[in-house]
Amino acid sequence: MELIRTENLAKVYEDDGIKTEALRNINLSIKEGEFVAVIGPSGSGKSTLMQILGCLDRPTSGKYFFEEKEIHSYTDDELAHIRNYKVGFVFQSFNLLPRLSVLENVVMPLIYRGTPDKEREKKAKEVIELIGLSDRIDYQTSQLSGGQKQRVAIARALVTDPKIIFADEPTGNLDSKSGEVVLRFIQELNHQGHTIVIVTHESYVAQAAKRMLHIVDGEIDKDETVANQKIISKEGFSK
Amino acid sequence: MILFHDILKMTLRDLAVRKNRSALTILGIVIGITSIMVVMSVGKGAQEYVLGEIQRFGPNNVFILPGKEPSGPTGAMGTLLNDSLKERDIDDLSSKSNVPQAVSVIPYVFGSVSLSVGQEIERSMIIGSTVGSQKNFDLKLAEGRFFDEFDLNDKARVVIIGDEIRKKLFENSEAVGQKINIKNLDFQIIGVLAQKSKGSFIDFNDSLIAPYTAIQQDILGIRHFQRVAVEAQSEESIPTVVADIKMTLRENHKIEDPEDDDFNIQTQEDIAKTVGTITGILTVLLFSVAAISLVVGGVGIMNIMLVSVTERTREIGLRKSIGATNKNILTQFLAEALFLTISGGIIGVLLGTSLTYLGIYFVQEFAQIDFPFTFSFNGAVIGILVSSFIGLAFGVFPARQASRKSPVEALRYE
Repeated sequence: MELIRTENLAKVYEDDGIKTEALRNINLSIKEGEFVAVIGPSGSGKSTLMQILGCLDRPTSGKYFFEEKEIHSYTDDELAHIRNYKVGFVFQSFNLLPRLSVLENVVMPLIYRGTPDKEREKKAKEVIELIGLSDRIDYQTSQLSGGQKQRVAIARALVTDPKIIFADEPTGNLDSKSGEVVLRFIQELNHQGHTIVIVTHESYVAQAAKRMLHIVDGEIDKDETVANQKIISKEGFSK
Repeated sequence: MILFHDILKMTLRDLAVRKNRSALTILGIVIGITSIMVVMSVGKGAQEYVLGEIQRFGPNNVFILPGKEPSGPTGAMGTLLNDSLKERDIDDLSSKSNVPQAVSVIPYVFGSVSLSVGQEIERSMIIGSTVGSQKNFDLKLAEGRFFDEFDLNDKARVVIIGDEIRKKLFENSEAVGQKINIKNLDFQIIGVLAQKSKGSFIDFNDSLIAPYTAIQQDILGIRHFQRVAVEAQSEESIPTVVADIKMTLRENHKIEDPEDDDFNIQTQEDIAKTVGTITGILTVLLFSVAAISLVVGGVGIMNIMLVSVTERTREIGLRKSIGATNKNILTQFLAEALFLTISGGIIGVLLGTSLTYLGIYFVQEFAQIDFPFTFSFNGAVIGILVSSFIGLAFGVFPARQASRKSPVEALRYE
């Protein structure tokens, strides 16, 4: 099933009367179960694309269909609802709340859903188990290493059973070893059927995906299937 | 829908992180609500006190004071002509043809004197009056007797002493029958007053009462009366009695223009009004303090909330990215402002009540005024309502700022 489709999507920023075209003429389609890497140099507009696809921002022009519905006329609340129920985000800078415990951070999206305490705690514990941090469940996230933080962020994205997970440079703030671990988890999620869009400027990260979208100057330069997807095992990248 | 207890938990946690700042922020609110609470408690107590006094004094009593009615804040005019009430006035006022609806007319003289028994010297208040004063002040005797008409006519040097004086001068030995020296004249103690509740305009526990004939000239050295109490038949007859008194006295003193009155008349209602005016001024004053500190406190809350919103911009972005609606964010910040001000309100109610209690305790203990302590339930309700309102009024702006942030820009904020 087609999850995401855009038609001539464009985003223009206006700053002091000077218009900057961040995206133009974006036509793409992402189906359920795909693992797409959006790759391009910094300033190419890849993050802007992710923000629009993730319903954090609205396009200036063009059409965006999420689950075959045009979201152009959606209110802020309806977009918030999509973010809460259908989308999970993993950010470069983790964006965890430092004084909350691992469990409290993971459970947060479900708080905005109004899920009862017991149910959401059970769900959160499941995903924390999945990312292998059950022994850190009551730690404040400020006590965790970078890699562990990003795994908590992944758990937080997963806890709502989203249709799609957007990861914006998820390994950007990590050393290569913990970056690999995080990437392995993301790949693993895709194996389990999750749809994933990962934004990166590093080609070795993009190699872990199944499809690569090259963005240059706000346009899709190339859209290719990754010929030899690199499978990351516990020992690192397999050749 | 976000659950209520989650909002509460979030709020408590966020405020706990900013403990000191939060505590300082609510100071203005605390002061404001404390003032309201004090006003309400003292106001209620004052009202009860005055009503109680009037009840005890007999609501039908009218007091005549010598001198002009005090008009300025200094009351300087009140001291002019203050020897205007003479023996003849009392006789005329007592006459049924002049003031038909008066039940009794009782003159008073009083002054501070030093008295001694052996080596013991005390200072105290001496009151001179007629036999009727016993009933007028509802005085009860613990032992002995009150003075009678014979004592009055004979200018008998007899005295009834308050319980406090008895304790000071005689401790446990018999007082009745003893001699007491006042201004080098010996007075015989013929009675001791029963402990009477303190408070009214005179503290009888610490006073002496004697026939006015015995002390007016010999002790106090005056020929006039300092106060005359006239009891009216009923509450309805008070205006008539007042009018009759005025007519009689003006005739006696040959006054044609009421402006030239050399006496003034206080009814219980007037006294209640005077007390009401004083408490009214106090109320306005404290309410002004309350209003100013509440507005200043509210602006303080708004300021600190705006800082908090800016500091937590990224957090707002994150919360929005995981599905918080604008309303969720608004609620969170509004809840914080509300929690701050309501806490301030509760502290204010408690502090105000304690201060009132302490103040009244000291008044009772040292001024010996029987001012009752009352907890003002209305004050507490108003305090909490006002503090909630302040929280809403001054919290809305920062909370809206927070809720309107674009998630993308908020996430990008450094």
